[in-house]
Amino acid sequence: MKDETGAGAEGRDPEGRDPEAHDPEGREPGGRDPGLQPERTRLAWRRTTLSATVAGVLAAKQAIHDEVTAAGLVGAAGLVGAALCVLVWVGFLRVAHRRIVGLGTARPAALTPRAAVVAAGCTIALAAFAVAVVV
Amino acid sequence: MSAFIQSLRLWFTPQRIRDEGETPDYRFSLANERTFLAWLRTALALVGGGFAVDQFLPDLRWGVRVGLALALLAAGVLCALRAVNHWIRCERAMRRGEDLPVSRFPSVLALAVALVALVMVVVVLFGWAG
Repeated sequence: MKDETGAGAEGRDPEGRDPEAHDPEGREPGGRDPGLQPERTRLAWRRTTLSATVAGVLAAKQAIHDEVTAAGLVGAAGLVGAALCVLVWVGFLRVAHRRIVGLGTARPAALTPRAAVVAAGCTIALAAFAVAVVV
Repeated sequence: MSAFIQSLRLWFTPQRIRDEGETPDYRFSLANERTFLAWLRTALALVGGGFAVDQFLPDLRWGVRVGLALALLAAGVLCALRAVNHWIRCERAMRRGEDLPVSRFPSVLALAVALVALVMVVVVLFGWAG
């Protein structure tokens, strides 16, 4: 919601500050990538988690807002909706956390398709929830 | 279309992607992953925009409000699906040593967002309220 400008350029920039300058392999003798690719990827996951949090908060607010009864109490449907939002959000956090832990090694493995599908699935679940609320 | 079904099968059978070609330099995989995440953030922002239109513009006519919200939400869903698909295709192309896939999706999304923005300008200018 707030960081797309930086994100687009950064995502498309595999070499960044050109780590090839000294070493044809692009790595320092310690096996560490001077381009800090794992760190940048980790921060990208954190930014995405933040975006998911904002969308989740909007969704939960919507669910509760729509179901406030005359007495000022939140209806059961609103609570269920909010709980679903929290569930989706926790699911996304779990994927992001596992990936962030996985990025802690010097030469991390590629993202698994399952993690990618789950992360995208959380986004789609929020959208489906929004459609249910809007219509 | 068969290429799409092929990559759809890859979504759910991750081990198959390792059967093809050679593992690329991990930095390229990570760059691909960051691009995927940037698209996912775009999708989340679109979904958030859909919520915001529904929530913060209660004075709009029902049809306009719901139409705008649904357009944004649909764009968000498409964006998320396409993010996974494009990520898989890039990963496979890198393994096979092929050129990276090209896509017209960014242009289509840009046009859709411009259209929504134009509608918003019209709504604000002519005050299609209540």
